[in-house]
Amino acid sequence: MSVNPKKRVAVVGAGVAGIAAAVALKRAGVDADVYEKESGPGGHLTRWHALFPGRENAATVLQGFLNEVKENRLDIRTGTLVTDIRKENGLFRVTTGSGECSEYGAVLLANGFRLFDAARKEEYGYGIYPRVITSPDLEKRMEDPATGLLIHNQAPKKVAFVHCVGSRDAKVGNRYCSKVCCISGVKQAIAVREQYPSCEVMNFYMDLRMFGSGFEELYQEAQEKYGINFIRGRVSEAAPTLDGSIQVKAEDTLLGCPLKVTVDWLILLVGMEPGIPGSLHDSLGLERDDAGFAGCRNKFLLPGYSSVDGLFLAGACAGPATIPDSVNQGRAAALSAIHYLNGKV
Amino acid sequence: MNFTEHPAFVFPFVVGMLFIFIYLPVIYVTWLRKNSLADFKTILRSIFTTNTLKAVREIFSECLLHRRIFRYNIRLGYMHMSLAFGWFLLIVVGKIETMVFTHDGFNPPYLPVFFKYFYPSGIPDTFKGRFFLMIMDLLLILVLSGLFLAFLKRFRSRVLGMKRTTKHIFPDRIALTFLWFIFPLRWFAESVTAGIAGSGGFFTLGSGRALASFLPLEDLLLPSWWAYSIVLGGFFFALPFSRYMHIFTEVVLIFLKYWNLATPERQNAYADFEINACSRCGICTNVCQLSADAGITHSQAVYFLRDLRYGTPERPVLENCFLCGRCSQACPVEIGIDQLRIAGRKRMMNAIAPAAEMRPVVSANGEKVDVLYFAGCMSHLTPGIIDATREILTRAGIRFSVLDDREEVCCGRPARQAGFADQARSIIARTTALINRSGASLLLVTCPICYKVFNEEYDLPIPVEHHTVFLNRLMTERPSLFRKSSLRMSYHDPCDLGRGSGIYEQPRSIIRRTGVLVSAAHEREDALCCGGSLANLAITPRQRTLVTDSAYQMLTAGNPDYVVTSCPLCKKTFAAGKREIPVADIAEIARMMLQPEEILHPEKAGEAELESEGQEICQ
Repeated sequence: MSVNPKKRVAVVGAGVAGIAAAVALKRAGVDADVYEKESGPGGHLTRWHALFPGRENAATVLQGFLNEVKENRLDIRTGTLVTDIRKENGLFRVTTGSGECSEYGAVLLANGFRLFDAARKEEYGYGIYPRVITSPDLEKRMEDPATGLLIHNQAPKKVAFVHCVGSRDAKVGNRYCSKVCCISGVKQAIAVREQYPSCEVMNFYMDLRMFGSGFEELYQEAQEKYGINFIRGRVSEAAPTLDGSIQVKAEDTLLGCPLKVTVDWLILLVGMEPGIPGSLHDSLGLERDDAGFAGCRNKFLLPGYSSVDGLFLAGACAGPATIPDSVNQGRAAALSAIHYLNGKV
Repeated sequence: MNFTEHPAFVFPFVVGMLFIFIYLPVIYVTWLRKNSLADFKTILRSIFTTNTLKAVREIFSECLLHRRIFRYNIRLGYMHMSLAFGWFLLIVVGKIETMVFTHDGFNPPYLPVFFKYFYPSGIPDTFKGRFFLMIMDLLLILVLSGLFLAFLKRFRSRVLGMKRTTKHIFPDRIALTFLWFIFPLRWFAESVTAGIAGSGGFFTLGSGRALASFLPLEDLLLPSWWAYSIVLGGFFFALPFSRYMHIFTEVVLIFLKYWNLATPERQNAYADFEINACSRCGICTNVCQLSADAGITHSQAVYFLRDLRYGTPERPVLENCFLCGRCSQACPVEIGIDQLRIAGRKRMMNAIAPAAEMRPVVSANGEKVDVLYFAGCMSHLTPGIIDATREILTRAGIRFSVLDDREEVCCGRPARQAGFADQARSIIARTTALINRSGASLLLVTCPICYKVFNEEYDLPIPVEHHTVFLNRLMTERPSLFRKSSLRMSYHDPCDLGRGSGIYEQPRSIIRRTGVLVSAAHEREDALCCGGSLANLAITPRQRTLVTDSAYQMLTAGNPDYVVTSCPLCKKTFAAGKREIPVADIAEIARMMLQPEEILHPEKAGEAELESEGQEICQ
C-alpha cells in the first residue's frame, strides 16, 4: 500500500458506528481499513427484526448501511479479529488473529458491546428451560411467523418480559442502566400482542426510562391500546411446570404483595456489557469508566476522545447507545480523527 | 538486710495483687450466677471425669505454651510463649527459690518478686544458690526476648506473620504500657542491685557492672525497685479492664469447656468467660476476608468481642460478617465467635422488632417415596442444581419427591442467622411436620446452609444427607452409572459444608471419580468464603464482589476446566461475575458424567435420546 500510514485510520468494528465512521472518513478522503470479527458487517443490527420505537424493519435499515458501504467502496476485513493494538512512536500497530500487522496514524474503536449472558442470572433459568429466552432470541423468532412463539402450533396464552436483566444489578457487578432495554421491552411486548392478539403480556420492571422522542407515547399506547400489564417488581425466580411452561415468582411492589404466575414464555431483556477486551485496555493504557466501558477524556468538551492520544471512541464501546447515537458518534469520531491526523488537535 | 523489714516499695505490688485476687473471684461468681441449675448439674457431672485432666493439659499447652499460635506462626507463637510461660516460670521458680532459702512455703508473696533486693547474691555460696541465680536470669532473658518481639510487632507486624495489629482502646494502652515496663524495670532493678553487691546472676551482674561504670547505682537502688513495684501494681489494677483479663479468664474458660458448659445459644456464663478470654491477639483480623479484600476493618471478631465486653455492639459490627467461620477456626482460644454473634443479633432483633412475623409455610403434598429431596430457597435460585439432581435420581431409578417443588418450605436458617430465633423455631416445627408426613427414609438436601440446620436444630426420625455424601455413596454402590473424564476441576469448600459440617472428602472423591482434582490455595478448614453469605447484613454489593473475585482467583490459579462447589449460594455468587472458567455444582458435574443411556442399556437407546434433549449443563 502506497499511502503513508500516518494518514490512515483503522476502524475496529463494522457495526453501525464503525460503518458510519468509515463512510465519513472515506467521504473526507481519508483512507480507512475496517476490521470486523464476524463474517459480515452490521454488528448487533443483524440480530434484530424490528427497531424501536416505530418498529421499522431492521433488515431494511441494515440494507441502507450496506448500501453506504458499497457506494463508498469501504474495505471491510470481515472475519478478522483484532487481537492487539499498541502505540509506538506516534503510530498505532494493529495486530489481527492471523498475526498480520498494520500501522495507522489513528484508530477509531467501534467494537460495540457484548450482550449480557443471561445464564449468569441462573434463577431465571436461561439455558436450562427452553421457554426462557432473551430479547435477541425473540427478535430471531419473530422474523419467521411460522416459528414465532407458537407452542405445538398454538398461539401462546401468556408471555412475561423481565426488564433489567444484567443491568442495574449490583449482584452481577453491573450497576449501570443499559438504556435501550426499556423501550425494546415495550416494543417487543406490542409486537407479541399484535402477532397473538389473545395472548396476555406482562412486563416486570423496576422503573421505565422512556428517554427518547416517541418513547413515552409508545409506552402509553402499550398500556391503553394494547392492554399490556406493567408490573413494578423484580422477578425472584422461575421454575418449570410439568407442561414446560414457566412459573414465575415476583413481587408487585405497588400492591405490596408477592405473586406467582405461570407463563408460556419468559423473555429476558438482556443489557449491554463492555465489548473491549481487558487486554486491549492494558496494552494501550486505555482508561475505563466505573462501568468498565472505555472512558473519554472529557464528557462535555471531548466526548469520543479516549484517554490515549489518537484513539477515538464511537458507539456502545463507550457506553450503552442506541443506533442513532452510534451513527452520530461514529461521524463525530471520524471528524475528530481527521483533525488529529491533520495535526489540528 | 532482712526481708522482715517490709520496705515501703513493696506496697504498690501488694495492693495490686490483693485487688486482683479479690476482684477476680467476685466477677467470676457474678458471671457464674447466670448459670441455670441444669448448667451446674452439667458441670458436676463432668468435674470428676478425665475431662478435668484434659483441661489441665490444654491449659498448659494453650495458656502457657500457646501451641495453636505456634502452628499459626512460629515467631508469633514464641512471642506469646516467652511472655506467658517465661513469666509463669519466673513466678514458680522464684517461689521455689525462696522456699529453698527460707525453708518456709508461707513467706510473704512479695518476697519472690523482690528477692534480689533482699538477697542480691541469692542463696549464699552454694551450688543451689548459683543454680537459681542462673536459671532466674535465663528466664528473665526469655521474657525480655518475647517483649522485644511484642515491641517489634507494634511497628513491623509482618515479621510476626500479622498483616495488621489490633486497634487498641484506652484501658489496653494503659495496661500495655505497664506490661512493657515490668520486665525492663525488673532487669534494671536487679542489675542495679547486683552492681552494688558485686554478685548475682551472669546476666544481671554483667549489666550491673556495666551500669556502674556510668550511673550512681546507690542512688538508684530504691527508686528502681519502687518503679518496678509501681508498674506491677499498676498492671494488676489495669488488668481486669483491659485485654489482659484473658490471662486468668482463659484458664477458667478451658475448665468450663471441658465441663460441657458451652451451648449453641450462649445464654449462660460461658459467654462471659469467652468474651473476657479474648486476648485481642488479632489473628482473626488476619484471616478475615472482609479486611483483606473489601477494606472493612471495624467488625472483625476481635472488635465484636471487645464491644460485647464493654457494652452492646453497634449494628454495623454485629451485621458485617459472613459467619464463614474462618475466625473461629483460627482463634487460639477457640471462642465460639459465630454463636456469640448470632446471640447478639437475636438480642438486637428482640429489641428492635419483637413482633416480626415470618411468612407462613404452605403445605406440600406428600406421596410415598424413598428419598425426599429438599432443594431449599437457594437451590431454587440455581435451578441447574435441582435439574441435575432430579435427573440423577431418575436415572438411578430412585423413587423421590421434591418437598418444596411447588410451595415455599423453609429450613429456618436465614431467620436464625438474622437473629429471629423464635420465628426460626416455629418454621422448624412446621417443616418437621411436613417431612414426617412424607414417609420417606432419607432427606436429601443440595444446600449446605439447610444441611447444617437440619443436623443441628431438627429432631428428625430419618437421616439427612447432603448431596455430596449421597452422590459419593451412589458412585460407590453403582459405579457403572457414571463415567470418568479428563476434566480438570478445582473444588471450593462451602463454609457450612466444610468448617460447618466437616464434609471435605466426599466432594473431592466425586471429582476424582469423574475427572481430575486440581488443588487450590486455601482448602478444607482454611477455605475462603465465596462472599455471598447471607449472614452478612451490612456489606455492600461492591465489597462482596471484591471478596468473591479474590476467592475465585485462588480457585482458578491452576487453570482448571471447571470450578466446582457444592452449595447453590457459592455457585451463584461465583457465577454472577464475568467468568472465563465456568462454575458448576457437584450435582451438575455428576449429571454430566452419567453414563449415556445407550451404553448402559443399548436396547433402550431410542427412548433415551428423546429424553435427554436440551439437558446440557449450563455454559
